[in-house]
Amino acid sequence: MNTTRTITFTLNGAPVTTTVGLHQHLVEVLHAQGLTGAREACAQGLCGCCTVLVNGIAVSGCLYLAVFADKADVKTIEYSPEGKLDAVQESFIECGAFQCGYCTPGFVLMVRQLLDEQLDPSDDDIKHYLAGNLCRCATYPEVVKAVKLAAKKRKVAA
Amino acid sequence: MNAPTSIVGQPLPRLEARAKVSGRAEYVHNMRVPNMLHAKVFRSTLAHGRIRSIDVGAARAMPGVFAVYTGEDIRKLIAEPYYGPAFHDQPILAIDKVRYVGEPVAVVLAADVHVADNAAALITAQYDELAAVYGEVEAMNSRAVVHEVLKPAGTFADLKYLKDKRDTNIALDFHLRRGDVKKAFAGADHVFEHTFTTQQVLHLPLESFATIAEPGDGSLLLHSSTQSPSFVRTEIARLFGWPDNKVRVKVPYLGGGFGAKVYVKSEALAAACAMLARRPVKYALTLEEQFYMITKHATTLRIKSGVMKDGKITARECEVWWNGGAYADIGPRVTQKSGFTAPGPYDIDHVHIDSYALYTHLPPAGALRGFGIPQLVWAYESHTDMIARELKIDPLAIRRKNILREGRPQATGTPMKDAALELVLERLATRMQWDKGFDKGTGTVKRGRGIAIGFKASISPTTSMAIVNISADGSCALYSSTVDMGQGSDTAMAQMVAEVTGIPIEKITVVHPDTDVTPYDMATLGSRSTFHMGHAVKNAAEDARDKLYALARDVGLSGETTLIPDIFRKKYGMLAGNIVGVGSFIPGYTPPNADGQTDNATPFWMIGATGAEVEVDTETGEFKVTRLVNLVDVGKPINPAIMETQISGATVMQLGFTLQEQMHFTNGQVTNASLADYKIPGIRDIPPMENEAVDAEQRSGPFGAKGVGESGTFGVSPAIANAIDDAVGVRLTSLPLTAEAVFRGLAKKAGRELL
Repeated sequence: MNTTRTITFTLNGAPVTTTVGLHQHLVEVLHAQGLTGAREACAQGLCGCCTVLVNGIAVSGCLYLAVFADKADVKTIEYSPEGKLDAVQESFIECGAFQCGYCTPGFVLMVRQLLDEQLDPSDDDIKHYLAGNLCRCATYPEVVKAVKLAAKKRKVAA
Repeated sequence: MNAPTSIVGQPLPRLEARAKVSGRAEYVHNMRVPNMLHAKVFRSTLAHGRIRSIDVGAARAMPGVFAVYTGEDIRKLIAEPYYGPAFHDQPILAIDKVRYVGEPVAVVLAADVHVADNAAALITAQYDELAAVYGEVEAMNSRAVVHEVLKPAGTFADLKYLKDKRDTNIALDFHLRRGDVKKAFAGADHVFEHTFTTQQVLHLPLESFATIAEPGDGSLLLHSSTQSPSFVRTEIARLFGWPDNKVRVKVPYLGGGFGAKVYVKSEALAAACAMLARRPVKYALTLEEQFYMITKHATTLRIKSGVMKDGKITARECEVWWNGGAYADIGPRVTQKSGFTAPGPYDIDHVHIDSYALYTHLPPAGALRGFGIPQLVWAYESHTDMIARELKIDPLAIRRKNILREGRPQATGTPMKDAALELVLERLATRMQWDKGFDKGTGTVKRGRGIAIGFKASISPTTSMAIVNISADGSCALYSSTVDMGQGSDTAMAQMVAEVTGIPIEKITVVHPDTDVTPYDMATLGSRSTFHMGHAVKNAAEDARDKLYALARDVGLSGETTLIPDIFRKKYGMLAGNIVGVGSFIPGYTPPNADGQTDNATPFWMIGATGAEVEVDTETGEFKVTRLVNLVDVGKPINPAIMETQISGATVMQLGFTLQEQMHFTNGQVTNASLADYKIPGIRDIPPMENEAVDAEQRSGPFGAKGVGESGTFGVSPAIANAIDDAVGVRLTSLPLTAEAVFRGLAKKAGRELL
């Protein structure tokens, strides 16, 4: 039985062709590509550390089989077409919304997706949306502040 | 140009902020090196048993497997493969016996991590099952003994008397005697005695333990997620019989530590495998495997007080049993160093403490944010409120009456110095508006409030060293073995260097721990870095500044007013050369006598208090924490923004240990080893919180500062239990506090029998 497959996908804007095991999840394949911003932590899709965007939608990269990324557009926290931080990243820094930083890429990607859907989320909206992102340093109050600041920054920019 | 600035005290963002928000910060768990093998472990399924045989045949035969090793293979490499900071009791892989479910028994190496994992699952072992002991109190006199002979490491002078002790589970017994408790109890108007328990929980940093070991020629390079690179170097070198400089330990960022990653954790097995295989080996644990590595002590605490009618506490007797699991790790230090604060921050003339570190057949327990203090505060601050309630004295009033005032001796006899206990208590009372009326709720929703205050000694005597290196262009590097695991030490230390040298912080880099490069530091633990390493860094920066000024004088310039590059240019004819400043620090300390008495138990005291408000549903027992107010004495904060995240982060961690976290066991097997079944606080579990560092100064600290990482944990658990009691008159004495326990308490009060 052939247990590998060659897949082609777009990774942060550049084409990638690679051979993956059928059992391999997306985070493993990204690490092999030298991108470690998506991280395996709980391995159950419960903590959000492994968040990756597949065709613009946030997925748990530790549960997402790499073969399913064939022909997909994959973006990670490392994607930065303009080479600078965006409003969400700036707000996380300004509000001190992280400590060890291990979970931060997952938070940033989810907050971007939240603000794409809602211009001006309430505290409840924010907490509901980020319920799947865990931070053992518990920098949650600062994250809520950062989301609100990022919403403001985006509005000003728009 | 190098005039002093006032960068200390500024809420600057972390130095590594951009790397962290863009996913570029480096962690060992995500690292790989060329030609690397992955190690996966086969673990014991028995809590206590003699190993009859281990069958590794099927694993070894699996295609892609490089090697399979057992304890016997390790023993061929290292004659005495046992490690530990207090006792050399923990084998790299089990030898002869297994002592807890989850103990590593064999290891598989393969280039493909999945092959290693699958092969490990094919290993089987036969054991002769032996009787096991799980409870800390039971272990005191159990016939089941975890270790036949105790093997103290000799690191601590106070443990030497345990050498060769046989057939006991007591790894350490600590006793403190002050005054005459017996007489004082006899003379007291009231005597109260209560027993409390806490549950076994664990750290769960989202970056699990990971080490990559690269073998050299009679040497090793370890990339490790450790909080104690200097200790790892020495301990691994000791195992191999090498000088320290044959082991090099490098540490990038840590994805959380919380005390889990101190001393030796994943390093010994990775190192042994790399030397056996002659290939780089990565041993990275899954989150589930963290449940088998290190945990926080479950405890039983008995506390008895003699109290006068007016609420004055005259005598206190404390007995504490610490469930250390199968290997001592740093538990004996918890037992002693935290044990001596068991009577609480109160002025009590007659004190009697017995504190016992116990071996049991559970996963080992060690240091976890607070180092035993949260368990002790849980007991003494619940006890304080129970006494107040009985005597119909206000909980604040009884604390005001008994609080240890500046200059008064603590139970060890050490006078309190720069310990803002009174101020913290008063600020908490003010913020809680304690003297104002409080809405106690109506109908089936009752409201209550509670307070609790605790304190902690720092670890002493321990050493820190630092190097400050100024380059000719005026940039600067700080070499320190303090590990930044999220607490922001890189930033705080750089602020101190900037303050002393006048070099802008943008021009300062912090070189991460690398034992071939950065000098010795005891470890990043116990909230010691700001104080201990802070002093070393300040000394090194002052040394560098003084040398720079001397160099300037040599060439006829003023160091104070000349740009740094101009000084070097004049000296060396071009931009060349360095100025290297060195600094070290060890605080004073007097070892306790046989009665636990000393005039100098700690270089500084950490103070933390919490006020809680709760709402309790009297029909279901469900309760909600509606407000948490956290007060701390951190001296003068180096970086107020980072400090506040440390307070609230510590509080939330302890909130998890108070309300939701608990390792469950069946016959020694943990049954909830995943984030699905062991719930840590998420963003929806955070009550409204206020944090305040009182206006204080640690006069002996660098820039008036002291440690902050743990203080937020101290008061959380008892404040909430006290608030629940205030709301519905139900007293909980076991952690975690659950709706079911409240419901049972309500039923009992109403005279209803529950199954």
